[in-house]
Amino acid sequence: MTEIDDADVSDLILRHAAVKGALLPLLHDIQHRLGYIPQAAVARIAEGLNLSIADVHGVVTFYADFTLERPARRRIQLCMAEACQARGVADTCAKLEAASGLKIGETRADLSLSLEPIYCLGLCATGPAALVDGAPQARLNGQRLDALIGEVVR
Amino acid sequence: MSLRLYVPQDMAARAMGADQTAANLMAAAKAQGLDVQLIRNGSRGYFTVEPLVELDLGQGRIAYGPVTPECVAGLVAEGFFEGRAQTLRLGPVEQIPFLKRQTRLTFARAGLSDPLDLASYRQDGGFKGFERALSLGQAATVAEVKASGLRGRGGAGFPTGIKWETVRTAAASQKYIVCNADEGDSGTFADRLVMESDPFVLIEGMMIAGFAVGASKGYIYCRSEYPFAIDILNRAIAVLETEGLLGATAKPFAFDLEVRVGAGAYVCGEETALLESLEGRRGQVRAKPPLPALHGLFGKPTVINNVLSLAATPFILAEGAGAYQDFGVGRSRGTMPVQLAGDIAHGGVFETPFGLSLGDLVDDIGGGTESGRAVRAVQVGGPLGAYFPKRLFDTPFDYEAFAARGGLIGHGGVVVFNDTVDMARQARFAFEFCAIESCGKCTPCRIGSTRGVETLDTLLAGRGSQATLGLIADLSETMKFGSLCALGGFTPYPVMSALEHFPEDFHRHLPAAAEKLTWA
Repeated sequence: MTEIDDADVSDLILRHAAVKGALLPLLHDIQHRLGYIPQAAVARIAEGLNLSIADVHGVVTFYADFTLERPARRRIQLCMAEACQARGVADTCAKLEAASGLKIGETRADLSLSLEPIYCLGLCATGPAALVDGAPQARLNGQRLDALIGEVVR
Repeated sequence: MSLRLYVPQDMAARAMGADQTAANLMAAAKAQGLDVQLIRNGSRGYFTVEPLVELDLGQGRIAYGPVTPECVAGLVAEGFFEGRAQTLRLGPVEQIPFLKRQTRLTFARAGLSDPLDLASYRQDGGFKGFERALSLGQAATVAEVKASGLRGRGGAGFPTGIKWETVRTAAASQKYIVCNADEGDSGTFADRLVMESDPFVLIEGMMIAGFAVGASKGYIYCRSEYPFAIDILNRAIAVLETEGLLGATAKPFAFDLEVRVGAGAYVCGEETALLESLEGRRGQVRAKPPLPALHGLFGKPTVINNVLSLAATPFILAEGAGAYQDFGVGRSRGTMPVQLAGDIAHGGVFETPFGLSLGDLVDDIGGGTESGRAVRAVQVGGPLGAYFPKRLFDTPFDYEAFAARGGLIGHGGVVVFNDTVDMARQARFAFEFCAIESCGKCTPCRIGSTRGVETLDTLLAGRGSQATLGLIADLSETMKFGSLCALGGFTPYPVMSALEHFPEDFHRHLPAAAEKLTWA
């Protein structure tokens, strides 16, 4: 952690320490601020919330949202659940994989892009759906998919 | 008068460019020197036609959809603001068949106005239910919910009033209301629509529950995949706190409400895993008993209800149990927001009394597939629900009728698959999803799901035999009866229904010799 990160984490821990069941809200705040949960923060969180390091590590690694690694600068989170399957997400996924050189679930080594599976965005009548850098997109086939590939993937 | 323009702020509308549509329309209005009032309403839930834009020239709201940003210039050139545009015109919004044919009790206000407009909420009947609860008192409020016949809309179908009664009569210094908004089932979005289009109705339902059982604190546990719902809920809570209607010092009933955000774990939709998560731990399922009603959040008596169950209670209290109970069939009373999804021509939330057949919903209301291909299979009730073939389309939509056919209605999701689907691959996905999302606490779910994937991979690779199919059935049996919760326990529903109703998709993968044996 850099010094700035360190101060941020301390400040966030202080703000959540009195809340009941504070760990998830705190992890969300840290992840929102830094994009990930730095390994060095885990011990600090444990100390701040009076938990064991194993408790915090266990929670960080249980939930798909939390990551111990720096995220890619651009993220495509493609819904791979049944309703999007029924609307042809397999084709969408194959095209995104071919264009990006990534397999679903992979991140480029230079952190320029990640292609991640996500399970349901509640956009099930207008799939295939994705979050692109956090913003929802629907009907990702045909022209709309081409536009996404043109803008994000290349 | 000024023109009124409605462009939904719902996630499904935004996913099709609604923000840019609104910006383009307003820019065009400005260029024409028109005085246009833009209202970012909630969605009406007919997602196929989002962004569903409505224009009110003083004679009712006329709908257009889907109005994507690139359509705006053409519409304006056709005389959109003068009411002359015909392209994408759907007519008076309340006359659109998909909306007109619904019976909207819970969703009566969805899409009418800005979801955070408290004055509109009151004008359209908001808080009548809460006020009646206050005048009835605690016991009579619970009795009203019991009499309505409302059953848990999350999937389990447990009578809501009985749950409330258990918590009401439990002696404790602190009780909680927890709203399960971890709507993880693929093919469902009714919770999202409540939260984004009419958040006050959910909050009112939680206030009614809190008052009825004597709870002073509530949590809404919303999944992180719903960022707009989380934002609107937080703002709705702030609006009510500013008005003095909600919060630790609110009058006449002090109720503090907080939104907590999930972190991408499907299993947290299971109520005890959700409580673990709220307490700051891994979302691992707890053994029952003790029931959450007696020993729930932080060990205190807790009402944990789905969004739709809580959002149904303001109507029940306002109009009386009888008004709700009059709808439905058998032991399935009231209305159910059925969610039509997948390859469907008219998709979205369709609130209707229980009892319509699956075929009516898919073929008639949903209009069959959007792709134009034949319907082959319909998965009802999310990733843990059974696949139904067309020959079971006469099954009426009610809890018992679906159970009798080896299925479940779950949270009301209906996902339509066309004739390109390979049901053996869908069975594999059911196991795979269970393996990804298993909390790991019990062996049948943790190991069984992975073994299921491996077994189906053997089959799909052409190395299976009759014994492979027997193994899948055996494994499903073990998971069904040996798992701690519905994740492992219900994964056999999609697997076994696929095998039972679509055996040809499995036999097709058997090597030639084994296949001969099959049909011998």
